[in-house]
Amino acid sequence: MVLPAMPVMALFAFAFGTFAVQKGLDLAVATLMSAIMFAGASQFVATEAWGNSQSLAGILTLVMFTAMVNLRFLLMSASMRPWLGSLHPWQSYPALAVLTEPGWLLGLRYRASGGADAAIVLGGGIAFWVIWIIGTQAGYFFGMFFSDPKRFGIDLVMPLFFIVVLVPLWRGPRRATPWAVAGIVALLAAEFIPGQWYIMAGAVAGCVTGGFIDERV
Amino acid sequence: MSVFEFFAPGSFGMSMVAIVAMGFATVLMRTSGFWLMAHVTMTPRIRRMLEALPGSIVVAMVLPIVVKGGPVAVLSVAVAASLMAWRGNQILAVAAGVVAAALARALF
Repeated sequence: MVLPAMPVMALFAFAFGTFAVQKGLDLAVATLMSAIMFAGASQFVATEAWGNSQSLAGILTLVMFTAMVNLRFLLMSASMRPWLGSLHPWQSYPALAVLTEPGWLLGLRYRASGGADAAIVLGGGIAFWVIWIIGTQAGYFFGMFFSDPKRFGIDLVMPLFFIVVLVPLWRGPRRATPWAVAGIVALLAAEFIPGQWYIMAGAVAGCVTGGFIDERV
Repeated sequence: MSVFEFFAPGSFGMSMVAIVAMGFATVLMRTSGFWLMAHVTMTPRIRRMLEALPGSIVVAMVLPIVVKGGPVAVLSVAVAASLMAWRGNQILAVAAGVVAAALARALF
């Protein structure tokens, strides 16, 4: 189940690696970021703002950016409660520690099609983690030789990946109403609110909308 | 090397502190939603909210990036999405989107 997402994940990590070179990060720093944070979108943001990393106040800023971008994990892990809730904390929390978008979305799809084996969340997460680190390094070396990865369209891998996981979630226009609300709110927030709040603003707006759309068709 | 040198500004030690701190923030996000939901009762409404969540997160992340990316990003995303709807193959769809963007940039 996890296998089809591997090359895409590798490509995303690759994109991060090339970006890290462009912004002048060490290979060790880029690799450790991938190994310890394991969260693509926030790694891009941290790399962009990496100049802050050399003072305690700057580090606090970076941590705040990270928390903002990764607030969505809070919502994602909330949605895992119905599935992993019956497990012992020693089983559920390690699986959550390696939770990523592809792992989460594939997990939800697997469960929707009748699967119940929760070990797949942990196993898949660890496999993604390994791919993530290798992909980062490969991208880093690529970026050292090709100064303009944009020419190859690599900067678009992240949005493309997310769009592609969205398509199978389509259940008709009615069920997509929350998405439309999420998109509009996110666009407005991105335009008018400084920082990275737009993801959270859009996601919460969509989530609340979902709560008010009732079951009748 | 003393401890002070290791954590001096501009040093590798300081970078490590930054990365570990960011990693900690990330793990906290990954686990706290799950933890919180243990203390919320599951009503049909909350279930529907959780169901609307995945797509909402994805749209909220992607749409602003695509709009900022201009026509090339829109084209690339449209190619990937239609190919995904047609063939259902993630790798194919992402690859086609990347190729479309590279082509568009090479031509215009």
